Amino acid sequence: MKITYWLNGKKRENHIAPDTMLLDFLRTCGCYSVKCGCETTNCGLCTVWFDGKPVLSCAVLAARIDGHEITTLEGLQDEAREFAMYMGQEGSDQCGFCNPGFVMAVLAMVRELHNPTEEEMQDYLVGNLCRCTGYMGHLRALRSYMAYKQGVKA
Amino acid sequence: MKQERKFQSINHTVMKKDAMALLTGKPVYTQDLAPKDCLVVKALRSPYANAIITDIDVSAAQQVAGIECVLTYRDVPQTRFTTAGQTFPELSPYDRLILDAHLRYVGDPVALVAGVDEKAVHKALQMIHVTYEILDAVLDFHQAKDNPILVHPEQDWNPLVDVGGDNKRNIVAQACQDWGDVDAVFADCDVTVDSVYHTRQVQQSMMETFRAYSYMDEFGRLVIVSSTQVPFHIRRIAATALEIPKSQVRVIKPRIGGGFGAKQTAVMEMYPAIVTKLTGKPAMMIYTREEAMTVSSPRHEAEIHVRIGASRDGLIRVMDLDALWNAGAYGDHSPTTVTLAGHKSLPLYGRYEAFRFSYEAVYTNTIAAGAYRGYGATQGIFALESAVNELAVKLHMDPSALREKNMVREGQVMPAYFNETAASCSLDMCLKKVKDMIGWDKKYPRTVLPNGNIRGVGLAMGMQGSSISHVDVATVNIKVNDDGFYTLAVGATDMGTGCDTILAQIAAECLNCSVDDIVTRGVDTDTSPYDTGSYASSTTYLTGMAVVKTSLALIGRIKASAAQMMQCANGDNLEFTGKEVVDHVSGKRITLKDLANKAMCNHGIALEAAEEQPSPGSPPPFMVGAAEVEIDPETGHVELIDYATVVDCGTVINPALARVQTEGGIAQGIGMTLLEDVRFTPEGRIENNSFMQYKIPSRRDVGTIRVEFAPSYEPTGPFGAKSIGEIVVNTPAPAITDAIYNAIGCRFRDLPVTVEKVYEALKGQS
Repeated sequence: MKITYWLNGKKRENHIAPDTMLLDFLRTCGCYSVKCGCETTNCGLCTVWFDGKPVLSCAVLAARIDGHEITTLEGLQDEAREFAMYMGQEGSDQCGFCNPGFVMAVLAMVRELHNPTEEEMQDYLVGNLCRCTGYMGHLRALRSYMAYKQGVKA
Repeated sequence: MKQERKFQSINHTVMKKDAMALLTGKPVYTQDLAPKDCLVVKALRSPYANAIITDIDVSAAQQVAGIECVLTYRDVPQTRFTTAGQTFPELSPYDRLILDAHLRYVGDPVALVAGVDEKAVHKALQMIHVTYEILDAVLDFHQAKDNPILVHPEQDWNPLVDVGGDNKRNIVAQACQDWGDVDAVFADCDVTVDSVYHTRQVQQSMMETFRAYSYMDEFGRLVIVSSTQVPFHIRRIAATALEIPKSQVRVIKPRIGGGFGAKQTAVMEMYPAIVTKLTGKPAMMIYTREEAMTVSSPRHEAEIHVRIGASRDGLIRVMDLDALWNAGAYGDHSPTTVTLAGHKSLPLYGRYEAFRFSYEAVYTNTIAAGAYRGYGATQGIFALESAVNELAVKLHMDPSALREKNMVREGQVMPAYFNETAASCSLDMCLKKVKDMIGWDKKYPRTVLPNGNIRGVGLAMGMQGSSISHVDVATVNIKVNDDGFYTLAVGATDMGTGCDTILAQIAAECLNCSVDDIVTRGVDTDTSPYDTGSYASSTTYLTGMAVVKTSLALIGRIKASAAQMMQCANGDNLEFTGKEVVDHVSGKRITLKDLANKAMCNHGIALEAAEEQPSPGSPPPFMVGAAEVEIDPETGHVELIDYATVVDCGTVINPALARVQTEGGIAQGIGMTLLEDVRFTPEGRIENNSFMQYKIPSRRDVGTIRVEFAPSYEPTGPFGAKSIGEIVVNTPAPAITDAIYNAIGCRFRDLPVTVEKVYEALKGQS
């Protein structure tokens, strides 16, 4: 079947098998930031944006993106680099395998929540698992990053 | 002794060299790098815990469009090997084949299928017709020894080293070590505790599952690109398993998505490798999460019987630790992990007159265990530290006071640690600090909150080693390049821990340059210097020391080159400042940049050095962890409120990375203690085989983890450093279970402490 969609701002057309999952499809498009960690929608590694909202691409049929906009980390490099400085300073990148999904969730959170409390941030990001860090470094990075973002807005 | 020197590169937080690439999602992992035409390799797996393939028909499967090959035990070499990534000769028995007619646990591979895509491979897997002779299985490790059902009845079972194993008795390894007159001291003790503790086959659950691809290169050699912690061991294991010369194998390690010990085993590299060997085509295998949960290399299930004898006033006089170890279907890492249960728990104490440590590792028809951060010390420390907490109750003593009285101190000889001396130990400072952090004196043992919930605190000490003494080696090569930048080649594998950066920091400190002047690389067995690999808490300590030695040797060569270029008669007066070489007698000087560039034209001294660091000892890092939990007595819900910890890892090379190591290790310990349950069906199948059923901690499950350091100075380590990677997983289980005991009076000796168990225990109390 044929799908027409926008990937990271560029209009594209492809012929796909109807049972193709979005995760696999995006990797064939060269979006290697999209990772698979669990296959059961529990880990958050495959998070991408569907019309600007974070979704788990392992649980979305590629056919569903017909007429829609998909954003992966490849399309958010400047913003990713900005947040990366805070994560990197904490050493919280570690093995890095969960980073793209986590960064996609954080950048979505920044758009969606206004001045979130720490509790709200934890709730928003709870679906993004990490086995290396114990999450404390994520929180430290988020605190400094959010303070920086507030500063930019003010 | 405290190090007073100011450092310019180490002891500072430096961002990992690969951080930006990892955080912006660059394609740097095994699967990202694989050629697009790789064959997809998958395995048909045994549905039975113990069975023999009596007939296998692959003809229909081979006819599926897109299928390249279907391999069975008839197609693979018949030399047994171990998948344990250890120094040769491995202590793990050679008890595996790539494919075997005898299937020893649910998930053992029956056949391999390689095809152009997943769909074809899945279709072919369903068209393999297998006839099994189903045998009774031994699933309970208590009943394994001398059971008439043998997991390894084969004649060619091959232990390279005698570790007390006997395949005709289902024993992988056994031994008993005595020091002092254990029975006599016990008979003379005022108070004894005698308890049994049980831990499960918890999964490392690194986010990137096991994966590798292979291809034949332009020289006709087999190249394996693998997400592994042990590239040099993979080369040897693959060559042995495939019956090809080691010279014909090259292993490359790109970025790794976590390991935690799981990837110290060659869990699956030989599957794509044999497909490539037989077809000549590139092949890739990616384990599903289900495979990573069921046919991998988890922590060994352990049952540990601890007896402690003490005087009435709280002097620990004698300890007896007996460990029963569930190897599962294959013996990888069993003879080694089991020894840590005693060797890396008992030395926490320093005043005993006698100890005994005995163990047995046994085969069962369950998942084969392997290496997981802590490597047996985790199980041993849970048991011993829990028993010490039970002793404190019997003595009516504060468990922190009992530790203060008995803990090992700097300068003491440790009889239970091969008589090594604790040359660096600030365990006393760790305990003092952690008590302040958690507010021990105010909170111990419990506080009842206005809403009826109960809070309790508990603590435990921990230790590990730094490298495997008398076994590990690390070689390092550093060379000077154009304009004077350095390339640092190591064989240790950065698996996300940041060792490529940490080792560059150590080199920069020695060479008096910026960390940015030092370029590092992933490991390639053709070009990287030999290193046993990143395991056994060896990288910062051992490879770090090799970096120090190599840097000093290189400075010698830089000075020799400068002496030649400046025509100095005597090189002894030269000083290398990092930027230039100065002759203090003649006043001549040459910059490193000029020297490096000149050395590339008609020069005679290689601006390159390689040195190796051996492992005469394994200095333990130490730590104390304290937990505060809140329990709802109505439901049994346990919430971890706070986990405070103080670590003595010697000099901290990179504070941010050391902190994250600690927080991450504690989170894994929390998972093992409260959440991560491994359940088997009566037939031996693992029930919880996904992240949906096997819950690793989310950011909502870990409470607050707080880390401080109390650095001692290890004289044999780089700038006083010891290890940190593994020790950090060892304290949560005994500290949290004691916090639960102190809150509600229920002692849990069987992990994990699930809500159901707490609820049942509370119900039993009332």
